[in-house]
Amino acid sequence: MKRKHKRLTFIVLGMGLLAAAAALMLSAFEDNIVFFYSPTEVLDKKLGADRRVRIGGLVEDGSVEKAGIEVKFRVTDLANVIPVTYTGLLPDLFREGQGVIAEGRFVDGVFRADEVLAKHDETYMPPEVAEALKKSGRWQEMEKALKRSGQMTKGEAR
Amino acid sequence: MIPEAGHFALTLALLVALVQASVPMIGAHRGNAAWMELARPAALAQFLLIAFAFACLTYAFVTSDFSLLAVVRYSHSAKPLLYKISGVWGNHEGSMLLWVLILSLYGAAVAVFGRNLPPGLRARSLAIQALIAVGFIMFILFTSNPFERMLPPPENGQGLNPLLQDPGLAFHPPFLYLGYVGFSMAFSFAVAALIEGRVDAAWARWVRPWTLAAWIFLTTGIALGSWWAYYELGWGGWWFWDPVENASFMPWLAGTALLHSAVVLEKRDTLKGWTIFLAIVTFALSLLGTFLVRSGVLTSVHAFATDPARGAFILVLLLVVIGGSLALFAWRGPSLASTGVFQPISREGSLLLNNLLLTTAAAAVLLGTLYPLFLDAVGGGKVSVGPPFFNAVFLPLMAPMVASMAVGPLLTWKRGELGPALTRLWVAFAALAAAAVLAWAVVADGPLFALVGMGLAAWLLVGTVVGFAERVRLFRVPFPETLRRIGRVPRAAWGMTLAHGGLAIAIAGMIGAGAWKVESIQVMKPGDTQTMAGFTFTFEGARQVQGPNYSATRGTFTVTRDGRPVVTLHPEKRDYPVERMPTTEAAIHPTFFGDLYVVIGDAQGSEGAFVTRLYFNPLLGWIWGGIVVMVAGGMVSLSDRRHRVGAPKTSRAAAGAGAGAPARA
Repeated sequence: MKRKHKRLTFIVLGMGLLAAAAALMLSAFEDNIVFFYSPTEVLDKKLGADRRVRIGGLVEDGSVEKAGIEVKFRVTDLANVIPVTYTGLLPDLFREGQGVIAEGRFVDGVFRADEVLAKHDETYMPPEVAEALKKSGRWQEMEKALKRSGQMTKGEAR
Repeated sequence: MIPEAGHFALTLALLVALVQASVPMIGAHRGNAAWMELARPAALAQFLLIAFAFACLTYAFVTSDFSLLAVVRYSHSAKPLLYKISGVWGNHEGSMLLWVLILSLYGAAVAVFGRNLPPGLRARSLAIQALIAVGFIMFILFTSNPFERMLPPPENGQGLNPLLQDPGLAFHPPFLYLGYVGFSMAFSFAVAALIEGRVDAAWARWVRPWTLAAWIFLTTGIALGSWWAYYELGWGGWWFWDPVENASFMPWLAGTALLHSAVVLEKRDTLKGWTIFLAIVTFALSLLGTFLVRSGVLTSVHAFATDPARGAFILVLLLVVIGGSLALFAWRGPSLASTGVFQPISREGSLLLNNLLLTTAAAAVLLGTLYPLFLDAVGGGKVSVGPPFFNAVFLPLMAPMVASMAVGPLLTWKRGELGPALTRLWVAFAALAAAAVLAWAVVADGPLFALVGMGLAAWLLVGTVVGFAERVRLFRVPFPETLRRIGRVPRAAWGMTLAHGGLAIAIAGMIGAGAWKVESIQVMKPGDTQTMAGFTFTFEGARQVQGPNYSATRGTFTVTRDGRPVVTLHPEKRDYPVERMPTTEAAIHPTFFGDLYVVIGDAQGSEGAFVTRLYFNPLLGWIWGGIVVMVAGGMVSLSDRRHRVGAPKTSRAAAGAGAGAPARA
């Protein structure tokens, strides 16, 4: 093989590998991307049990009920509320009135979460949650409440 | 007074870096030896000034000087000394100072140990190194000054996140940074070589030790972080494909590719442009990692409190460094002609395949990590890309790489033959089949990929041993001759054998813990038992205990197997009053075949019942063991005399002969 041909072989091989990887990624994207919705968006979309999603907002005050390993709580963006059930140990920083993200599916109008994320840092508000609160038009009052309780740092007060 | 001295030293370091970035570069261009020589004292001065600044900040933390904002925010007088010290880099401002300290440390190391480097290359690479320092010192001084005062000083600090008060995490950032920033050396050498327009085997030999050192640190850093997440977060997992984890994993993948392509460049004088490109990309990914962690643009389980203005500054820095170096590469790269010929079936061919797979994997991780940002920017909604995506893409890419890793070392340079190599690997084929069948027999079922994965791990381990046995002609020559050959095996080859073998062990652990984890969650009253994976867990009850700066609920579990006692475990749920923060302390009993992992949750009712979570993580310890072996391999390889910084002249002659010293007969 001439040098030029050889180089061509390598380029073709490399391209083939890239194409295979791209195909792999696209199919994986199709199946495994999880969309994030605020409670208000969730009610607009009428999601079914076939779709895995993330929802986020604040854990409504007084909504947490624990019965053994079953936990029920409500996630709110201060405009709408979504009931959530979860089986398992909640993260250490899960608290009423704080930001939370839950991942799971809707079954009969209840969000059945299999993963609940709260943050390592108590002064942190997940950007998605802040966004959801802004969309619901309640960010102003939320911001005040958060500042009062010391949950928000300078950088996040936009 | 001391913080001001530190601030002043940092400002001086910026000026020194400016001089170091310009004068030696101009000197190298004009051939002025004195100007070039300035790079070395400047690099040392820069390091000493930054080290002084860092020492000042450390002093402020150790003495709990609450007139400093950073100390108020991240420290507390009641904290143990170790965590006062680790608090220095446990926050944004201090960690950036650590970043530039390490950057200047590498520069100083080149100044001290790089005596045999050609003066032009040394001057230029130190100038590039200083240019990076200029950007980051400015970032610290203008957006995140650790020496900012807070007047009047408060009574006490606001403490440090108790999750970060842990020996594993205390040393995680320094190692990670030693790795990230270590790739700056390869980057600086690459850019200097592009400016000079000369890349040869000698260049590759100078770059290899620095890259290898960075790789060792980064591997250690990632492992420490993963280990911390495993025992501290209480989720029973060790890797979550979290953006912050990906941020450190991408440079690791690219850096590993760089290590291997530099070998090809050294031995065969080819893949020049590719190696330079990889050096740029690896450091670019390190910078991107810093940006992702520090800007808070991605939702992450780590999520340090962050500031978008800083993110914008780092983003600009990133664009300048990456854009500039890639533009330089586009301009000067094509002139780097390779002299070596290239056959697909050869040692270099297998290394090229490894490079392609590693970089494709890095690209896939990059895409998965940045896709949510991209989609959000174009208004496509908020999404998250989680472990299912990464597993679906990453595992199919790694399988062929692991398969080829056993074959590559058995191929000769220039022109290898696949048939004989595969024939020699018959033992490895047998091991592959045996491991898959054994795994199937032990776990009764299990996903096909896990059986294949176990087989591949065995294939790689045995294949690596076969490769070494071939090198010393085991059973082909009389035994004393083999011993003599073992004595003559270069340390770099020992290193490769260890690193590949370590990876095989780690893969077995990852597959075992990933595919066959057993988990059980329930409410347990004192006296209740739960049986899982052949172990019987008895909950003996829980009581309140008092720690140095926390109070805790400590549970007691006795574990038995077939009636014989195994271990007593004490998981805790701690509450840190200063930070008003609870943490979960899992109790872990590591064994050769797997880890028992127990977590205690909230109290239930009045009878002393608790929510408990039990895990059996098969082979998990093998991950840490394998990584330790990999790192040991890296260190052995680094001690090879041919890697000794400053490139002894004798090895240049050896490599000049073409096929290279360790080629098999």
